[in-house]
Order: sequence, then structure tokens, then C-alpha cells
Amino acid sequence: MFYRECGVLKETYAKDMAIFPIPLDRWGLGVMLVLAFVVIPFTASDYWLSSIMLPFYCFSLAALGLNFLTGYAGQVSIGHAAFMAVGAYSSLILYGRYGVPLPLSIFGGGIFASAAGTIFGIPSLRIKGFYLAVSTLAAQFIIEWVLTHWQWVSGGVFGTIDAPDMYIFGWIIDTPVKKYYLVLCVLTLLTVFGKNLVRGQLGRNWTAIRDMDVAAEIIGVSLFRNKLIAFAVSSFYAGVAGSLITFTYYLAANIEEFNLFLSFHLLGMIIIGGMGTVLGSFFGAGFMTLLPIFINQTLLTIMERVPSDIRANSEAIVFGGLIVFFLIVEPYGMARLWQTIKEKMRLWPFPY
Amino acid sequence: MTFFFEVLISGLLVGVMYSLVAMGFALIYKASGVFNFAQGDMSLLAGLALVGFLTVMPLWLALLCTFAVMTILAYGTVFIIFRPLVARPPLILFMAAIGLSFLIQGIGQAIWGTDAKGLNIGIPEISFEISGIYLNTFDLTFGGVATALVAGLVWFFQKTRTGRALRAVADDHEAALSVGIPLLRAWAVTWVIAGIVATVAGVAWGSRLGVQFSLSLIALKALPVLILGGIDSILGAILAGLLIGASENLAEVFIGPYVGGGIQTFFPYLVALIVLWFKPYGMFGKEIIERV
Amino acid sequence: MNQETEPLLRVEEISITFGGLKALNGVSLEVYPGEVMAIIGPNGAGKTTMLNVINGVYTPDEGRIFFEGRERPLKMKPHHVAAMGISRTFQNLALFRGMTTLGNILVGRSQKMHSNFFSQGIYWGLSEKEEVEHREAVEWIIDFLEIENIRKQPAGMLPYGLQKRVELGRALAAEPKLLLLDEPMAGMNLEEKEDIARFVLDANEELNYTIALIEHDMGVVMDICDRIVVLDFGNKIAEGTPEEIKKNPKVIQAYLGTAGG
Repeated sequence: MFYRECGVLKETYAKDMAIFPIPLDRWGLGVMLVLAFVVIPFTASDYWLSSIMLPFYCFSLAALGLNFLTGYAGQVSIGHAAFMAVGAYSSLILYGRYGVPLPLSIFGGGIFASAAGTIFGIPSLRIKGFYLAVSTLAAQFIIEWVLTHWQWVSGGVFGTIDAPDMYIFGWIIDTPVKKYYLVLCVLTLLTVFGKNLVRGQLGRNWTAIRDMDVAAEIIGVSLFRNKLIAFAVSSFYAGVAGSLITFTYYLAANIEEFNLFLSFHLLGMIIIGGMGTVLGSFFGAGFMTLLPIFINQTLLTIMERVPSDIRANSEAIVFGGLIVFFLIVEPYGMARLWQTIKEKMRLWPFPY
Repeated sequence: MTFFFEVLISGLLVGVMYSLVAMGFALIYKASGVFNFAQGDMSLLAGLALVGFLTVMPLWLALLCTFAVMTILAYGTVFIIFRPLVARPPLILFMAAIGLSFLIQGIGQAIWGTDAKGLNIGIPEISFEISGIYLNTFDLTFGGVATALVAGLVWFFQKTRTGRALRAVADDHEAALSVGIPLLRAWAVTWVIAGIVATVAGVAWGSRLGVQFSLSLIALKALPVLILGGIDSILGAILAGLLIGASENLAEVFIGPYVGGGIQTFFPYLVALIVLWFKPYGMFGKEIIERV
Repeated sequence: MNQETEPLLRVEEISITFGGLKALNGVSLEVYPGEVMAIIGPNGAGKTTMLNVINGVYTPDEGRIFFEGRERPLKMKPHHVAAMGISRTFQNLALFRGMTTLGNILVGRSQKMHSNFFSQGIYWGLSEKEEVEHREAVEWIIDFLEIENIRKQPAGMLPYGLQKRVELGRALAAEPKLLLLDEPMAGMNLEEKEDIARFVLDANEELNYTIALIEHDMGVVMDICDRIVVLDFGNKIAEGTPEEIKKNPKVIQAYLGTAGG
């Protein structure tokens, strides 16, 4: 059994347009799903589940959202952490203060984030390029300010809300394994939904806008509508991610967790992982989650104890260096490296 | 009314600093099309380097060494990072600048430490009063230095051979290449100039607030200034800097108390957004006519 | 052509100014159903500007525009113009470089695809049916333009001549009532030009498309066009059949005066 396209004949367009047209891709996906749903929760330690897998999944979701906007539709956002914050706060308020059922609260957080994202996407109607990128910074600062200064949001305590215990239909979600499944289910659902969006008409419209917006509009793609949908979908994903990470990992909504640097980190994730690919969002998020741990371990081999400033500086250098490295060497990120490997195998055994 | 003027003047003095940082952005953007997100980090680096050198040498030598550091940074950036990226889309260059920003932060702080450091280059801070308005010598000195720097740059770009060559590069890359101006060297010179601008801003802010990580955040204050003025306009950067410096200070003092304060962080962005809605390329930015 | 019929497109007295320069000065023209019409003229005559006015990219200062007998507002979003049934190719390549040939041509059908956001996200069912349906239409165009072998290649990597052809496919995919082609053969060798000319004629004769095109190659224009409008410095200086245009002294002078032959 080899990964290849040779010898795989597709008899209908429907088959050619299937989500994974090549058999081994489907197999690979199956293996990944078994790994994620069965192997990891039963073998990984609680530390791995709650300190690595949970943030990895949540950031994957957020990065996926940003990738829709930046990687596919070509609109840079450097305020995406703020949309995560909106999701986090609003879902906690919905669930904790108004008793909305948990699944609805999480998606409700996404809806509120989506509304915020759409509002800040409106300038994209008139403002383009760097002017737009900078104005998304406005989202970051204005939302941060609102969340800390509006008493009603936090109930008055330094803009922080504690996450209450989670119940779904009276069933408590407290152990790392239960949380892991909650996050994984939402992630799987939204990833399939998102993958379908980007391989269909909406995704094509987005890519068209990214590559050549004037031509796209003349051909019949409404810039305003499609850009706004991009902002809405993108910040919905960010909001759900913010909600999930707060419920399961941070355990309290705190604006400090969603500062500007998270926005940069999300951007870094999609650059390193691969802009304009779903898979790249996962690569990037996984990489960025593991990077600090990896750096810490490396430093520990050369010194007894790692002071926090040395760790922070090393992270900044490696992170910045990698962004530059990938942009120069492989602008489509790790996902493209993976793709190249696959392409090589695809034509096997006749690479001509 | 006196109070109003005091607030206005202190706002304008802050605005001069915004103008400086924004000008650094505009210079590099004009010359190389790079939206240099690392401009604030360059100020941080300059501040860190100067503090470091001052511990072992006199001021003039320390300034010279700082200048050397900024020059090395400029050439390194252009020839290592941006040479392979020539002709890539602006978005990619922008993201490279974000990467650069983390690199400078990390390396600068790895060499000179992350703790907040005082910076004193011996400019006295004496308050005095003119017709009821309080001013101080420190602010005025830096206001003067900044103004001189701007005037110097204008002279440099208008009158000197190098300056004119740089402007030619900014106007049309290919045409400049065809008359024999080496593109990358021109970029590097521009980055050196932006480095000098960053140094002045870094020293001014560092002397007031101490040299530490937060210094790099002045870039965030300069960004709305930049887009308000128009990213490729030096004049725009200067005027918008003053406008934003003054208006944010006035807003904080006169509106802030009613809404809970702290509006300085986003007020400039709000102003910029509103203006951009009506003038999408800022006050003086070059409008891009869509051609297909 | 039968000038008695109602024109498909009629622009009247269009004027537009850029920075003090009159790019178009009271230009009127008509495109009749079923014809291949050419706009020619020296560089800077305002040909592409006219297409941009028709597409809604530029809003003219003065004039009126009628399509299918109904007047449309001068200021109109380009995608609304596309929805009326006007499609277009571009002088400089304007393909979506990151997408495959298939993807590019499918974008051309975006006006015809209506499945909503949620059914797109769920895909299986409604959206899948629609995607397959449109894929069939696109495959038909791919066959028509003889580009089967590049359907899954990224458009940005294709050679120039093929990119032009894909662009034509993208415009055809919209099944427009009026097809505007801005220098479809610019920069091509003779063989490629003949291919494109054949496609244009086939589109006109077999598929009954109405076509207005801009082209510099006079030989091609004279061969494939029914009617020609000549612009010079933003003014219409002549209009007529290829035979009439060849003999028109104003046209000869405009070309001799600027292009030197």
C-alpha cells in the first residue's frame, strides 16, 4: 500500500472532489482519528492531556480561524486574541450568570466573538492592506479596554471571571480526559465544517480576493460580503477557541491571557504551519505549544536551572528566527513541506 | 484655559516622539515597501545598547558605539532577511518584520538583560513657567533635537546626492536599478537612517521611563499615527504625530474621567479609524488607483 | 451586423477625468447582440478605461449606460455588473495565482452558485450536488479550450499563453450575455494567437456569445470582428466595418501619427 495517485482512477466528479480523494489520505486520517480519540486519552498522562493537548487543540482552532481570514482571504488581523477574549468572557457569562447550557454557551461565545469580528471587519470595505492590518490593532486595544473597564462584564473584579464547574446535562466534566474529549469533539466538528467551507465556493471566493481582489470583484465576487463572512467565521472560531481554553485550561477569563502577543503568536502559528491550509493551522499550533517546552528542556541540558528571562529571550529569538526562516525558505510553511513529501510519493514509482 | 494649554503642550511634546517613530516607519516603507513592525524594537535595542556602553565609556563614545550597532543591524537585516525576500508580496515582508521584531527583542535583551534600567545622558530636567504654563527643559531639549533631526532629514533627502538617490529608489525600484543605483545598498542606508531616528526616540523615551521591554511598545503608539498620516508620507507622519499626541492627551484628561480612564491606549486608533473611513490612504498617503 | 436591432449595451457620451486628464471625452458606443466588436486605438487612447467604466471599476463623470435596454446607474459595484451578465478578461494577467485552473474557472461561476453558508459547511447533500453540477459545466469549458492537462495545476505556474487561456475560461464560465476581452492575444506568438482567435470565433458562432474586445494586432481584428470602434486620446474618431476602418483617413493618421506605422 503506497501513497500515490497513479492507478487511482476517479470515475465521477463527485469522487474527484471528495474531501480526501486519495485512499491513503483517508487511511491517514483514520489513523489520526483513532490516535486522537482512542490512543491518546487512554495512554497519555494527565499532565500531557491537560497541559499540552488541551492548549494545542484550542490554539489549533484559533489558528484555523485566523487562517481563514489571513491565509485564505488575505486580510491580516493582528487583533485576533481579542476575539478569543470576547468568546471567553461571553461564554462564561452566559454559562455562569445566566445558566445557559454549556454547549450553547461555548457556541454563544463564538457568536459574540463573531459579531465583534464583523464590526471590526467593516473597515475592510474601504481600507486595505497595511491600513487594515493596523486598524485590526484597534480591535485588540478597544476590546481589551472594554472588557477591563465595563463593570458589568467581570462583576467588578479586575476584569477576571472564574470558570465555574462544567456540566453537560447534569454530567460533570472535571477530569482531564473528559475535558480532552469535550475540546476534541468541538475541534473535530469545526474542522470538518471549516474544511468544507474552504474547499467550496466560499473558500474559492476568499482565495480569489486574496490573490487579485479587483479581478475577483469584476468576475462577480462581492468583496464586502465575502470579506465580512471571513471576519465573521474567523472570529467565531477564535471565540469558540477562547471559550474552550478558558473553561478547560486557564479556568478563569483573564484579559492578560489574550493580549497582543497572543495575536502575534497566532500569526506566527499560521506562518510556520502554513498559510492557506487547514493542516498548517494544526502544525503551527502544535509547534508553538511544544516549542517552549522544547527550549526549556534544551536549556536544562546546559544549565542547572533556567531563569525566566533567559527562557523568554530564547523563545523570542527562536520564534522570530523561525518566522523569518520559513518566510524565506518555505513561505507556505510546514504544511507545504509535508505536501512536497507527499507529491514525491504521489507520482511514485514513475516520477516523470 | 491655562490647564488646557498645559495638557496640549505636553501632548504635543509626546506627539513629537510619535512623529519620530512614525517617520522611521515611513522612511523604510517608502524605500523598500517593508512595513517595519520592528521600528519600536529598534528603539529598545538602541536604548539597551546605549545604557550598556555608558557603563564602560563616556557618552560620545557610547553614542558612537550605539550608532555602530544600529548600522550593523541595518545591513544585517537588509542583506540577510530582506535580500532573499525581494519581490515577494508586501504581506510576506510585513510578517518578516514581525519575526525581526521578536529577534531584536530577544537578542537585545539576551545581551543587555531584561531588567528596567535608568538612562541619564545629562540633560537637566528643570521646570519653569511662562505665563502660567509649566514646561521643563528636558522635554524642550528633546523637542528641539527631534525638530532638528526632521529638518536635517528633509535637507538630506532634498539636497544631497545620496538622499536624491534614495528618493529615486523609493519612487521606482526598477528605474533606479536601471540608472545604476544599487537597490540593496540604498535600502541599507535607509535602514541606517531609520536606526538613527529610532535611537533618538529610544533615548528620549528611555530617559523618561527607563529602558525596558515596554519601550518597544512605542511602535504601537506610532502605528495609528502612521496610518493617519499615510504610510508613505514623511510630512503626514510629522503632522499626524502632533495631532494624535495632542488629541489623546486632551481626550484622556477631559473625556477620560467620564468613562473610567485609560482611553489613551486606543484613542489614537479610534481617531485613525474614523479618518481612514473618509480618506482610506490617510491624510497624505499616496492613493493607489486600481488598474486592471 | 443588423444595426436595426436594439443594442445589448449602449454607452452614451461617457466622460471621465483622472487628475485633470480627460481619459474619455464624450465617447458613445454600442454593442449589438451576437456580434464581435473591437475597440482599437493607440496606447493611452482610453480603451481599457472604457471597459473599466462598463464594469463599474470607474465611475464616469458624465454619460449614461444602458444594458439590455435598461439604464443602469453610473456608480455600480463591479460584482453587481457581473450579475447583470457582463464578464471580462484582463490586459495584464489577473488570474488567482494560488488556485488551480479548475478553481479559477469555478470562481467564474460564483454568480451562479447559491447554496448557503451552512450547507456549504456541511457539504454532503445540497452543496455537493451543486459543486458537482458546476464542475461539469467547468469541465465542458476546459474541453472547449483544450486545457484538460493543466486542470489541477496552480494557475500562477502556467506559461503566459495558457494563463491567458484560463482567463478566457474563467470569463466564459459565467455564461455572460456580454464578454469583454482586454487584449486577449497580447504578447503571444502567432500560433497562440490563432488558437485564441479560433476560441473567440467559436464562442461567438457556436455558443452565441456577444463579444467586445480590445486588440492591437490589426490583422486579427480585421479577420474576426464584425465592427470596429476607434479611440484616440479619449475621443471616438471612427466606427464601422473593418473595410470602412481600413480606408478611414483619420484612423490612418492616428496610427501614423503615434505608432509610426
